[in-house]
Amino acid sequence: MPLLDVKDLHTFFYTRDGVVRAMDGVTFELNAGETLGIVGESGCGKSVTALSLMRLIPQPPGKITQGEILFDGQDVLKMDDDDVRGIRGNNIAMIFQDPMTSLNPVLTISRQISEALELHLKMDRSEARKRTVELLELVGIPSAKKRLDDYPHQFSGGMRQRVMIAMALSCNPKLILADEPTTALDVTIQAQILDLLKNLAREFRTAFILITHDLGVVAGMTQRIHVMYAGRIVEKADTGELFANPKMPYTWGLLRSIPRLDERRKEKLVPIEGLPPDLIAPPPGCKFEPRCQYRHDICREKEPPLEGIPNAKPDHESRCWGTQKGGWLVDVDYRHEIGDVEVLEEIKAEVAQVPAEAVHGIGADLPPDVTQKEGM
Amino acid sequence: MAVGFEKVRSTAEAGSGKNILEVAGLKMHFPLTQGIIFQRQVGAVRAVDGIDFFVEKGETLGLVGESGCGKSTTGRAILQLYKPTAGAVKFEGTELTTLGGEQMRKMRRKMQMIFQDPYASLNPRMTVGNIIGEPLEVHDLARGREKTARVQELLKVVGLNPYFTNRYPHEFSGGQRQRIGVARALAVEPEFIVADEPISALDVSIQAQIINLLEELQSNFKLTYLFIAHDLSVVRHISDRVAVMYLGKIVELADRQELYERPLHPYTQALLSAVPIPDPTVESKRKRIILTGDVPSPVNPPTGCRFHTRCWKAQQICSEVDPEFIEHNARHWAACHFPG
Repeated sequence: MPLLDVKDLHTFFYTRDGVVRAMDGVTFELNAGETLGIVGESGCGKSVTALSLMRLIPQPPGKITQGEILFDGQDVLKMDDDDVRGIRGNNIAMIFQDPMTSLNPVLTISRQISEALELHLKMDRSEARKRTVELLELVGIPSAKKRLDDYPHQFSGGMRQRVMIAMALSCNPKLILADEPTTALDVTIQAQILDLLKNLAREFRTAFILITHDLGVVAGMTQRIHVMYAGRIVEKADTGELFANPKMPYTWGLLRSIPRLDERRKEKLVPIEGLPPDLIAPPPGCKFEPRCQYRHDICREKEPPLEGIPNAKPDHESRCWGTQKGGWLVDVDYRHEIGDVEVLEEIKAEVAQVPAEAVHGIGADLPPDVTQKEGM
Repeated sequence: MAVGFEKVRSTAEAGSGKNILEVAGLKMHFPLTQGIIFQRQVGAVRAVDGIDFFVEKGETLGLVGESGCGKSTTGRAILQLYKPTAGAVKFEGTELTTLGGEQMRKMRRKMQMIFQDPYASLNPRMTVGNIIGEPLEVHDLARGREKTARVQELLKVVGLNPYFTNRYPHEFSGGQRQRIGVARALAVEPEFIVADEPISALDVSIQAQIINLLEELQSNFKLTYLFIAHDLSVVRHISDRVAVMYLGKIVELADRQELYERPLHPYTQALLSAVPIPDPTVESKRKRIILTGDVPSPVNPPTGCRFHTRCWKAQQICSEVDPEFIEHNARHWAACHFPG
């Protein structure tokens, strides 16, 4: 039995402009001790995935409308609030992106860490304090004992993230969700934190879900990777396979559009043209079709399922008509074939034309039929 | 005022004498004050503390470093958006630090800036047409119908629909806003552009669009860029030469390939090794230099070499003597007692 089994999860946000389909049918599994990377751009639903797993979606406007989250065989969505609180922080812990806003500025570090220890592990004050020192030493905070009664503002960004990690580890969770844990940090500090997370995961055999937009970060940290786009998983594979043999055009786009540090200058980057889709009125077929230079007519009409790929490893799946059996992308080498150049120009022209910001709906002039859909 | 010009000359001669910008001994200190009525200075944030470099016409000089190292301050001090505490900034032979307001305003036509945050840098109450057209009016370049035509042309150049002139910034996505920012900078036909982290607020898939746009514009309009960024991969892609800053000083400066393949300064080496590479086979073989601790405060920087508190090569001399910024190989400068 997997540790975590997510089935067909949907999380929607009900806004004035319409229903934002932030997570639209996400299914995945995670075994005990496994590390999984979830990669995607902002707005693709990766953070919503993490918050949904912890049942931390602000409601309203958000709502998990459909699906199951089985953690250790129990459905998290059917639990009452007390039971969820028993799991949160205890069995599933979370590390957030910005350690300044996620630590309480008016409580000392020791207070914040021992709170969980007293609550979940029923330790008394002095026990909890002792354990806090151990935890802070574990995550590499120098002279931990002296710093117990310091406040978060007295720590630097990297040190605060270490405190967050100590907090996440405090109850020996089975699963840690790390949502962009290093995005707010400088590269040299990022290296410190990733190194720490890697060692801790190995030592404690904790399962990890690492959510990030940085393909470089997941490459060295995870065993499997899921790529998300527009609220869906669009490609699943183990890490080696995903980088050696990526299949979905969106993944190709991501890999091609970032320059690599160890590569001499190429002529030009190949960006993903166009803009991410509006999640209030997503395109009817494949969500990536409007930006895809490999598209065929079928892509606009019907959304492809997440399926295995003929010449790839058996657990490698992609959501693309072109990579299915007999598809036109099965044997394409993305490094050399950048797709139909005419289509590329078309997409570029479309972007210039987009009556700006029908996307994202911030006070935009949305077509009236959008809001009526989904029965607001 | 004239500090260390000999030094910049010697570095400048290596560049073939067609430098668009020469910076010598530039210092930018921000005073820290105490007291309510009688404020007295109790110290200073030494954001930029004596740097020398030059930028050649038509090249892109990448300026990298971690947050707080003074790279943005350098960009602003060059454009005289801050009044430098000391040092000299020569643009096409004209000393900028001593120019009066009106003269400086005229110079600004030749030097423009692209800002990091496209959400904060565009006035939300102005239409796109006004945002891009404003510099045209300020510098008396075009008015009325001529201005509108020019604005539309600029929008086309940056890949936007020319009929967007009556829209407001909030109607655009981040990438599109950054294009508007670029169009505004281009409006006065500048020669030199300081791009301060122009892509770090954008999504991965949009970043490459803007990088390509900047490159196209550079070759079409013969622009010179000072490209400030913290992303070393992007800087490697876009720059001809790269300068690395640490705590208010340039610690290393070299041609792109030289710097990335033969870094001399330990900080550069650590920085390069810390960048994750999107390739699991490469990642598993790489040896990472993990620096301990954090960047010290620029209010009270370490004595001697500023990096010695985190450097694995540091010896006695490093904490006592500030290493000089010397040319070790051709066009490759570094400030370190034990380079290589």
